[in-house]
Amino acid sequence: MKTPSINTAKAPSGIPALLKTACFNALIALVLFSLMIGIRTEAGSDGQLTYWTRFGDLASIVAAVFGGSIVIELLRQWIGPTGAEKLVPPALQSGMSFVGRYLAPALLIFTLLVPVIFYDQRYILDLAILVLTYVMLGWGLNVVVGLAGLLDLGYVAFYAVGAYSYALLATNFGWSFWVCLPLAGILAAFWGVLLGFPVLRLRGDYLAIVTLAFGEIIRLVIINWQDLTGGPNGVSSIPRPSFFGIPLDNSDNGLAAKLGIEYSPTHRIVFLFYLILALALLTNWVTIRLRRLPIGRAWEALREDEVACRALGINTTTTKLTAFATGAMFGGFAGAFFATRQGFISPESFTFQESALVLAIVVLGGMGSQLGVALAALAMIGGFELFRGLENYRMLVFGMAMVLIMIWRPRGLIGHRAPTVYLTKAQAISSDLVKEGHG
Amino acid sequence: MDYFAQQLINGLVLGSIYGLIAIGYTMVYGIVGMINFAHGDIFMIGGFIALITFLLLISTGLTAIPVILLIVLLVSMAITALYGWTIERIAYRPLRHSFRLAPMLSAIGMSFVLTNYSQVAQGARVKPIPPLITGGYTLHESADGFVIQLSNIQIMVVVTTIVLLAIFTWLVSRTRLGRDMRACEQDQTMAALLGVNVDRTISMTFVIGAALAAVAGLMYLLYYGLVDFFMGFVAGIKAFTAAVLGGIGSLPGAMLGGLAIGLIETFWSAYFSVEYKDVAAFSILIVVLIFMPTGLLGRPEVEKV
Repeated sequence: MKTPSINTAKAPSGIPALLKTACFNALIALVLFSLMIGIRTEAGSDGQLTYWTRFGDLASIVAAVFGGSIVIELLRQWIGPTGAEKLVPPALQSGMSFVGRYLAPALLIFTLLVPVIFYDQRYILDLAILVLTYVMLGWGLNVVVGLAGLLDLGYVAFYAVGAYSYALLATNFGWSFWVCLPLAGILAAFWGVLLGFPVLRLRGDYLAIVTLAFGEIIRLVIINWQDLTGGPNGVSSIPRPSFFGIPLDNSDNGLAAKLGIEYSPTHRIVFLFYLILALALLTNWVTIRLRRLPIGRAWEALREDEVACRALGINTTTTKLTAFATGAMFGGFAGAFFATRQGFISPESFTFQESALVLAIVVLGGMGSQLGVALAALAMIGGFELFRGLENYRMLVFGMAMVLIMIWRPRGLIGHRAPTVYLTKAQAISSDLVKEGHG
Repeated sequence: MDYFAQQLINGLVLGSIYGLIAIGYTMVYGIVGMINFAHGDIFMIGGFIALITFLLLISTGLTAIPVILLIVLLVSMAITALYGWTIERIAYRPLRHSFRLAPMLSAIGMSFVLTNYSQVAQGARVKPIPPLITGGYTLHESADGFVIQLSNIQIMVVVTTIVLLAIFTWLVSRTRLGRDMRACEQDQTMAALLGVNVDRTISMTFVIGAALAAVAGLMYLLYYGLVDFFMGFVAGIKAFTAAVLGGIGSLPGAMLGGLAIGLIETFWSAYFSVEYKDVAAFSILIVVLIFMPTGLLGRPEVEKV
């Protein structure tokens, strides 16, 4: 039900109204930015604050707001009233479903071939590994947010648990990556259950805030428990992964020597690429299988309506806990991979921004759509790379994008979150039949 | 005992600042039903604007501290309130009837925008100001030389908070705007049908919340003598904790919760460990939500099917 809104219906038409709106917006912008952008403060070497003016920047921003609001207003009048759902034409719809059917296999084949095509381009391989890490994180969080509908703002905590589990086990006990990987997943899942227990009764916004607090607690403990984690200095010289026990280096025991080929550092990168691809595909496969099991059905039911879920006798406790544990486990795997790839981890890698980024990927991907999450991760990380030169503006643009996406397509770009099972046809009980006693 | 009394004073001052921010959270949650995640950053923006206004006023050669303080207070309240209004207009109003998580995510995005906007606009370094209000009173001096200090800034923070709270309580309980706000809190559709301008009332809620956050920002600046672009995040979460602890939607509760969080944090730092003071505050949030989801003064939420 929509509450009657009173002010939104005023549609300005004509040039005077347009200019009036633009002038108003420019005036607001002038006041907003006057001090923050017009004046720049900086602490000098003696601790004394100095300032200088930047009225040129201020003027250009106000002019940009003025021009921008005219453009937006014109676009709005051209597209038509906002809020009206536009239907996709049927021809386009069938075309999209055709693309949709073949897009996933095509993407998978392309991904498998990436190391072959870009063998010489280290930068692209590194970027691809990064994208796949986020695809995996997105798929992991998708279990919690997309399937079970539990908004988790502290997902990075499990990523951190996985990374630190591997880093500490490997550096302190010398355990191999393949032993630590399952352990990292199990430990992260354990923390997932630990978080899950207290938040069982919470929902929606409260749940989000508690998971955020949990993520911050984990990060603060990592920073402050210096004996174990090295504090802000992090853990360094984490062992690189081996090809099931065979190291990927230039030694006589190395894989290159055993295969009789010439050693190249790219081997390790390619191996890492396939490793994260396999882990991500495992996540995807497990998620798809789980969706068809009763537990997956229960997650989706929980997302749609928790009260109805309880009324139908679904144990919401175990349903929520398994969702948290499953999501956390994949986060832990991804964390272990992150640690072995970087060789160095520190608490700086596990800030709230990371959680928000993964969450943005899931939301942008349409909350529940596996393909959507993969494409969203590609778009997000690719977009981040475009802004690499503008380090400071990156998060600014990211935040703006998040707001705009929410306003423009709150259900995500590709998204649909229809339950996996539903009644395709309503039961044929018309009022006539009921009257005659057939129903 | 003297140490305890000193920490009590410090905690109450810190708690007043948290309480002022918490009121913004609790008001918005009460009316719109969303967590205004960007509110902590509004507090930060308020601090920055106060800092810049100070700098400008001092460079004009004005020396009368009370005049400076008054102008800074009014300017930072006005501009920060406009920030609150704009953010509601841009990021929240289009989403008012969207699905439930959309405003929250939009607010997180807005929080990033504000944090990085002030980093880009004002640089990443901490901005200190020289102490403007100095002096204080020695309340008690114990035999071993420990002195209980009550500084003038501390008095000012507490007095300002009390005055603002009085004005604010009057506003909510006695004026037309306050009545509209309470009506919208109960039932927006019904309020609209009875002639309350819902959009305007919600805008005013954000404006008032932002103005109070600006006061908190100014107090923080005066009390700690510095601002930086990242201070909104942690302060925001703690103030939200305060709002939840007091019972979200309850205005006296927000102030009470703020004082409680301020005291807990101060005593934790004083008696246990400074490093884990944030952990303590966040743990309290979790514990409160589990065992007392309605907070100290909140009304239980009725679950409707």
